[in-house]
Amino acid sequence: MTALTDDTLPVTPRAIRDEMIVFVMMALLLAAVPFSGIYPFFVMQALCFALLACAFNLLIGYGGLLSFGHAMFLGTAGYCSAHALKVWALPPELGILVGIVAAFGLSLITGYISIRRQGIYFSMITLALSQLLYFIYLQAPFTHGEDGIQGIPQGRMFGVFDLSKPTVLYYVVLVGFLAGFLLIYRIINSPFGEVLKAIRENEPRAISLGYRTDQYKFLAFVLSGTLAGFAGSLKVFVAQNASLTDVHWSMSGEVVLMTLVGGLGTIFGPVVGAFAIIAMQQYLAGFGQWVTVIQGSIFVVCVLTFRRGVIGEIAHYFRRSL
Amino acid sequence: MQALYAQLLVGLINGSFYALLSLGLAVIFGMLNIINFAHGALYMMGAFVAYFLLSLGGINYWWALLIAPVIVGIFGMILERTMLQWLTGLDHLYGLLLTFGIALIVQGVFQNYFGSSGLPYAIPDQLKGGMNLGFMFLPIYRGWVVIFSLVVCIATWFLIEKTRLGAYLRAATENPTLVRAFGINVPRMITLTYGLGVGLAALAGVLSAPINQVRPLMGADLIIVVFAVVVIGGMGSIMGSIITGFALGVIEGLTKYFYPEASNTVVFVLMVLVLLVKPTGLTGRAA
Repeated sequence: MTALTDDTLPVTPRAIRDEMIVFVMMALLLAAVPFSGIYPFFVMQALCFALLACAFNLLIGYGGLLSFGHAMFLGTAGYCSAHALKVWALPPELGILVGIVAAFGLSLITGYISIRRQGIYFSMITLALSQLLYFIYLQAPFTHGEDGIQGIPQGRMFGVFDLSKPTVLYYVVLVGFLAGFLLIYRIINSPFGEVLKAIRENEPRAISLGYRTDQYKFLAFVLSGTLAGFAGSLKVFVAQNASLTDVHWSMSGEVVLMTLVGGLGTIFGPVVGAFAIIAMQQYLAGFGQWVTVIQGSIFVVCVLTFRRGVIGEIAHYFRRSL
Repeated sequence: MQALYAQLLVGLINGSFYALLSLGLAVIFGMLNIINFAHGALYMMGAFVAYFLLSLGGINYWWALLIAPVIVGIFGMILERTMLQWLTGLDHLYGLLLTFGIALIVQGVFQNYFGSSGLPYAIPDQLKGGMNLGFMFLPIYRGWVVIFSLVVCIATWFLIEKTRLGAYLRAATENPTLVRAFGINVPRMITLTYGLGVGLAALAGVLSAPINQVRPLMGADLIIVVFAVVVIGGMGSIMGSIITGFALGVIEGLTKYFYPEASNTVVFVLMVLVLLVKPTGLTGRAA
């Protein structure tokens, strides 16, 4: 197994300080969005995908496992949250919880199945599992098939925050994103994260050192799937619907693309990638299927010439971990 | 009973496509260490080439059966020379990502010009009509697809397992450096192998054109099922791919008869079961 990132830098106090500075800058920038005149819906959508991409990156960038089915967590959490909000009329915080629990349960099952095979087989298995779920959701009555669950009430978060106001919703989504991001950052820099990186770099050696690598990979899978589910639950409030698009394989492909563009195994890369891809879709929406062609071309160009991604290249240039 | 036999036949036909596609995937994976995500898109191209040959050039089905795989095979070899070869030595997953990108490009371009609806392709005159076998009515074209695919699969198996060229190929899979030392042009063999695998996909596309309509996305969902087939069968053995492909097609056909709601998912469910019982796949070696 060749390493995904050719420059693994040690975690030094300076690196952590740099990363915290960039994080605070990012948080301030995002917090200022409602005052800037930028359409908040676009940024909220991008934030949901950024969280999804970060969760996905936890698995590939730090565990070396390429999941081609992460849309299944996004879609499952979305459907369950939407159902809880609309049919059970639960308040938003419980609606989100339902989605997260659903994604957690799903990641336990799919993780148990897919972690049995390595490398390229793992990707094919996750893809096949997500396709299985796609067909289940297509036929299950509660998802309303092709129509999806629409007109989801946004409600009041904790009985206080009125989510139907765009600015309030924006800050709730932002807090959710930042919390998820910090959690992932904490995981990456924990002893668990270090073992994960060791497994990515050289699995046989990690095994010989006494680590039960399968358990580490399984835990990484569950964490990644659950956090992806959190992104799916948040997205329900932004889009106010849950549909089959969110479970489709093309969505899984988009997540991969976002992370690849931003930089596999970088901390901030998935966020940059998600904003770039969502912005591209927004501006090129009038070009129909050419968007697919452009996305494919970005894949090809990234893999052939730009494997570190935007943030990876910057980090490599400055010899920092970002 | 008629309906059961009819579904079995549909299953055998789908099985032929699974076998041809998973065979190509296995051959390509053996030599290039790449899972060819573009396989579905190239299968679709095969069907479209046949369609163009007929509608623009008036070239009939029989010639298309020969020409389409060659054209798509050449296209594949160009892809290999210009892009895939640069991935040698990198992690497997970059091959998957690159070919996924190629699949998006190819499918996107075709969707732009042909939308998502299907184009009809007529069954050739010689294969029109059907036979009454006593217990069922057999449309001749469908019988032809099954038999012809079987012949092609076995011919490929023979080529790889029993000929001198196949022996070089297998040797180069095991140890490319050593084979090069014997004066064999391994990079050229890799290119030809990719062309062969892709050609098989295009051939399946031509075969399917008169049955399923010619659509830009005809390969997109199929390739995911074929991935599941490959996971079930393992990519270690050529014969294993062929048998698994046909067997899963038949099982899918039976499901369509007994429990149609599950016909879309049965292959995936079987994959899960196989992974739980025998994680290395039915014929695969430990990864």
